[in-house]
Amino acid sequence: MTVRKPYVRPMTEWWRRNPFFVRYMLRELTAPFVAVYAVILLIGLVSLSRGEAAYNVWLSALTHPASIVLHWLLLVTITYHAVTLWKVIPKTMPPVKLGGRALPENAITVCGCLATLVVSIVIFLLVGHL
Amino acid sequence: MTRKRSNAPIFWALFGAGGALAALVGPVLVFITGIVTPIGMWMPQSVLSYERVLAFSQHWAGKAALFVVVSLFFWHAAHRIFHSLHDVGIHAGTAAKLLCYGSALLGTVIAAAALLSIGF
Repeated sequence: MTVRKPYVRPMTEWWRRNPFFVRYMLRELTAPFVAVYAVILLIGLVSLSRGEAAYNVWLSALTHPASIVLHWLLLVTITYHAVTLWKVIPKTMPPVKLGGRALPENAITVCGCLATLVVSIVIFLLVGHL
Repeated sequence: MTRKRSNAPIFWALFGAGGALAALVGPVLVFITGIVTPIGMWMPQSVLSYERVLAFSQHWAGKAALFVVVSLFFWHAAHRIFHSLHDVGIHAGTAAKLLCYGSALLGTVIAAAALLSIGF
């Protein structure tokens, strides 16, 4: 029989103790939402390959109010993914020198977000007008 | 002499590429396919009509775009979920790895099969 009763630091919901880790967990939580959208698109592709009737079932499912709500949630989480990715990018790449001085991390993050914005507008206009 | 090389860089590259692609085109694709087109606001519903999407998927560039988006989104999500398992108290062992990356592979294969059966 053991006499010792060692203290074991509880590790449940460890990330709640520090706002930095709360943001980290939120960022990691975006992955399942990306997966859900990939599954929705994959179902669309499979339906498309099965012909017009199958495709139209998928298309009408997208107009269901529950689907619209889900896609708003996907929009928020995947946009959060985009912002956090552009925040991480400067930390993962070698420093960019401009005129002998290192480009600040913020500048790279802002450029990334602008890139997302520009690409989004271009795709939106292309899809609507082609 | 042969040294066993790690397969981590492959998964990491797929994760990075998928993450960057999701950051660039993810929000606008969700907005178009899931919100404005189904509602018919700002974008006519005919944008996602069978004829239009079929023609897009039969063009080599459209086919490639659809394949890259769907498969890389899967690989990105699988890698991130696998590496978050430990943080939520799940052992990230071989079974978890097979399940995560296996799902991404399955999604990739199904996407490729669907796109190939649509034809050119």
